Amino acid sequence: MNRWLVPVLTLLLTGAALLSILAGTVWLTPGQTWDALLSTAPDLPGLIVREIRLPRIILGTLIGASLGLSGATLQGLLRNPLAEPGLLGVTSGASLGAVVAIYFGFASSFGLATPLFALTGGFVTAGIALLLARSGGTLALILTGVAISSITMALVMLALNLAPNPYAAYEIMTWLMGSLSDRSWDHVMLALPFVLPGLVILLLTARALDALTLGEVQAESLGVPVTRIRLMALAGTALSVGAATSIAGSIGFVGLMAPHLVRPLVGHQPGRVLLPAMLAGALLVTLADVATRTLIFGGAPLNIGVFTSLIGTPFFLWLILHVRRRTA
Amino acid sequence: MSDLILDHIVVRRGGRAILDDLSLHFPAGRLTAVVGPNGAGKSTMLDVAAGLLAPDAGAVRLGETPLPAIGRKVLARRRAYLPQRAGVEWPVNVERVVALGLTSSLPAFGALPDALLPAVEDALAACDLLALRHRSATALSGGELARAMLARAIVGDPELLIVDEPTAGLDPRHAMDAMRRLRTRADAGRTVILAIHDLDLALNHADGIVAIREGRLLAEGPVLDVVTEDLLCTLYDVRVRILRDADGVAVRFLDDRRPG
Repeated sequence: MNRWLVPVLTLLLTGAALLSILAGTVWLTPGQTWDALLSTAPDLPGLIVREIRLPRIILGTLIGASLGLSGATLQGLLRNPLAEPGLLGVTSGASLGAVVAIYFGFASSFGLATPLFALTGGFVTAGIALLLARSGGTLALILTGVAISSITMALVMLALNLAPNPYAAYEIMTWLMGSLSDRSWDHVMLALPFVLPGLVILLLTARALDALTLGEVQAESLGVPVTRIRLMALAGTALSVGAATSIAGSIGFVGLMAPHLVRPLVGHQPGRVLLPAMLAGALLVTLADVATRTLIFGGAPLNIGVFTSLIGTPFFLWLILHVRRRTA
Repeated sequence: MSDLILDHIVVRRGGRAILDDLSLHFPAGRLTAVVGPNGAGKSTMLDVAAGLLAPDAGAVRLGETPLPAIGRKVLARRRAYLPQRAGVEWPVNVERVVALGLTSSLPAFGALPDALLPAVEDALAACDLLALRHRSATALSGGELARAMLARAIVGDPELLIVDEPTAGLDPRHAMDAMRRLRTRADAGRTVILAIHDLDLALNHADGIVAIREGRLLAEGPVLDVVTEDLLCTLYDVRVRILRDADGVAVRFLDDRRPG
């Protein structure tokens, strides 16, 4: 099973991406898509495929991969099955950045203002978490992350409360619910330089996460620089998830679910979870994106963050019951 | 093989000296038991000996080389350390847990190299784990887990093995098994250090004794020469009688305050 897991997930992801390129308000045939990919003609299928769906699929994949991999890394690092990327405050920091951009009107004057502000917000909170937790241990890192998340979310609520007009409040809400619509190649170009190094840094922690199965003291005795691994997990999360959240808003539960879906298939070894969790995360977001485009309820399209939360919450509940049964 | 030497070690925490000018010599090929009351500084001393805690003063040498001069990865290959209550946090199978002992010899990615497989087999066999190799480590009994942890520690054949309370929570048979396996390591020429509260086990299985109280050395040397009723009485603040017969040595603590 193990040997086939990564190829099978890659295949599924490719299938989901193909489905995603065909599906939507305008359904395309594979033939039309193929022609559109090869030509540069400014006809409707060409524009839909090249300017709307392709960047969207790439973004969905990058975002899902970031969330899945970061979730797997943090669960391995903290040895806690309930850890997820939002825990370190990066996601809420990015949300605050985006809200600032929308609230003060930067977003309306400059198209990429929201993601740029969000990126800054994510990095600033990660930096603060890093500074505060530098000398402490893993617990200090979690508590700092939780505290920062609470503060930034409070500020987001404050912005909603004081929103200058209903339109700004609506825009903030939409952003907080996460969305991949109206994203372009500019967004891809903005995300890539952060997401890719972030993913590489996170993948490099694999061996150390395996050793951490034995706890921090034994891992240290096996030659694992635990403090450095902690910093790598935080930096990798800040880069990848920070950039992902900046582009798409907060997409919940993917980072929590993806590692759990693949963990039993790799013998629960935390280092081996990483790559499959990354692919599973990308697969989940791509499928969720297809679902939000094709399932229309009462005219309004579903936001992707809402969709993942809707399927994620029951999963979370199941997880808690399952974990309790295992440890009881 | 190399002796481990602690040279005038001082460790302070919050203004209090946990280890106070402690100098010790752990010879190779010997099983040395570190004994002392709770809070004597045994675990701190083991952390320093393992190179996991830098002392505030003094030096630790493995053979001729100071520990800090040995690289992190090389040190991880030359010495193994098992803390108190060592456990496993994910339901990984026993075979893979044992292989984690080779972490410092592994490439950054990929499966265990074939060249290292015999080491894992040997460690599993030495600790009687062959039948349990596919069992999840979180589903093991206390005795089985202790064996798995020991196998994890010896899989890389380290020249220095430091173990903190390996027999705590084990029944008599498993405790004796554990001591016997440590004995085998020492007989193979490795330096073996263990902290232990069970004096009967320590006196019957160890070659040397190091007695620590309040961070200071009380006595050091071969078990038979060093361990006296006076020493144990000073060490633990309890009246002690040492009983010797054909089966070995037994320590009896006498409770002065017991009624009747």
